[in-house]
Amino acid sequence: MDLYRNLTIRQKQIVWAYAFLALPILFYSVIRFYPTGNAILISFQDWNLLGARTWTGLDNYVKLLGDPVFWQVFRNTFVYLLLGTPISLVISFIIAYHLDKTRFMHGFLRMLYFLPFMTSAVAMAWVWRWFYQPVPIGLFNNALASIGIPQIAFLNSTTNALPSVLAPAVWAGLGFQIIIFMAGLRAIPRSYYEAAKIDGVGWWTVLWEITIPLLKPTIVFIVVFSSIGFLRIFDHVFNMTTNNPGGPLNSTKPLVLMIYETAFDSFDMGYAAAQTVVLFLVLLVVSLIQLRILRDR
Amino acid sequence: MAVVEEIRPSSDALLKTRQPKRPANMGNYIRWLLLFFGGIAMVTPLAYMISTSLKWPHEVYNLQLIPNEPTIENYTYVLEDGRFYWWFLNSLIIATITTVCNVIFDSLVGYTLCKFRFPGRYIIFIAILSTLMIPTEMLVIPWYLMSQQFGWLDTYWGIMFPGLMTAFGTFLMKQFFETVPDDFIEAARIDGLNELQIWWTVAMPLVKPALAALAIFVFLGNWTAFIWPLIVTNSVDMYTLPVGLSSFGDEADVQWELIMTGAAISTLPTLVVFLIFQRFIIRGVVMAGLKG
Repeated sequence: MDLYRNLTIRQKQIVWAYAFLALPILFYSVIRFYPTGNAILISFQDWNLLGARTWTGLDNYVKLLGDPVFWQVFRNTFVYLLLGTPISLVISFIIAYHLDKTRFMHGFLRMLYFLPFMTSAVAMAWVWRWFYQPVPIGLFNNALASIGIPQIAFLNSTTNALPSVLAPAVWAGLGFQIIIFMAGLRAIPRSYYEAAKIDGVGWWTVLWEITIPLLKPTIVFIVVFSSIGFLRIFDHVFNMTTNNPGGPLNSTKPLVLMIYETAFDSFDMGYAAAQTVVLFLVLLVVSLIQLRILRDR
Repeated sequence: MAVVEEIRPSSDALLKTRQPKRPANMGNYIRWLLLFFGGIAMVTPLAYMISTSLKWPHEVYNLQLIPNEPTIENYTYVLEDGRFYWWFLNSLIIATITTVCNVIFDSLVGYTLCKFRFPGRYIIFIAILSTLMIPTEMLVIPWYLMSQQFGWLDTYWGIMFPGLMTAFGTFLMKQFFETVPDDFIEAARIDGLNELQIWWTVAMPLVKPALAALAIFVFLGNWTAFIWPLIVTNSVDMYTLPVGLSSFGDEADVQWELIMTGAAISTLPTLVVFLIFQRFIIRGVVMAGLKG
């Protein structure tokens, strides 16, 4: 105790700071940094959990590049991204734009749009699966049948399954994006709109010359945030195609599901780790490209 | 903070001052109606989930939203079965403990990085921030190996340990502690409080809204977390609600009214919490979204 008392105020601060940070530093080292390094290390090894770990160099990556399933999965992952991000961006902007101009029962409408965000993907996957069922059961096909349209095989078709799995993911994320957009819209100073009004500028010009340019930070945030979400899609796919995860015929399988199956069904840890490294690189590159493009414009 | 604070006053001001009584505008009616029907469409899956969970088996396929003879039989059946009871309890315990840990540690780290001057401060901040870029999926394999080695598989600790602190929360709290004036902390120091007391009794009460926003996010995230609990649990009693719900598998073997009841049990708590604290949660989402 004497030792502590003799320290200067500045030295005492250092002691306190490291006392506060001791546990967190340990946590981040052991639970974040060590596993990151470990994942990269395992990606250069061949290991099925039971046998010996053998060093194989780049074999896992070479195998991945030659694996047709990987390329199918890679394509699917980008289809999720390229469909999901623009669709949810446009829908949530349109809703937020109009909701922002609505005063009557504003809070109630906002609640309706936000509620799906508070749900769990697994629970909602069951609800949507039920909607997609064929006629005596599913809501959508019953609705189609009642107006005389032939049935649609939502989840059992290689072409329809991916959009069908994506729909609930977009649906659940809309509320969050709408709220963020509305906050962005409220932050635009009213004086800009008043000036435009005095100049007699039409609403379309106001939208493109004032609203959207000033919303740029919000748009960048939403695009990057939702892209990361769609590139990492897993819960919805796994739970809507349970009989044959990622099916039919791998048509809905995203990268994370391939990782899960390689690691925890086939226990091919090295190969799975190589896939996670690829996922990391994809996320990094996509985010950087988006930040680059959207910041410049 | 500045952005967030602007939102409320300006919206209230708009309500009062802008165009007291404009003649009814057709366009506004149409806008409202479209938004209303859009909103109804958004909650349709939730409405059907709840409606089906209140139906007898023979009514499930008639697709009416209001059951003819509503029943809570499904709920008693599902809860008496015991599995959902455990899954609910597991999810609740795990989400609660994780939330408390995040609120304490993220704010402690955020506070330290914000208010203390010490060598290594910048490096530690950057190091924590950089973990935001590492996807969880990259870490699950090493976490699994670690859990296997230390016997954490199939335990609460095993499910919880990866999420006890988050870089997102730390960053969020650091941003908010910037709004706490240094004078307050200096004054407390002169009053003879030690640093731990200053953090807890002076700084923490000043960032309560941010703590609440963090708590909501962490709780919701852990309540709905799926991939890691799926990997780390293997006995039915240790499942969380999402893992349990997922375990029913094939839709051919499923009784829809029971699965909808299960889905409702895992969804209703967060929906009810949202309905009670709506304004507050939405403000929290905006704060976390814009700051984090």
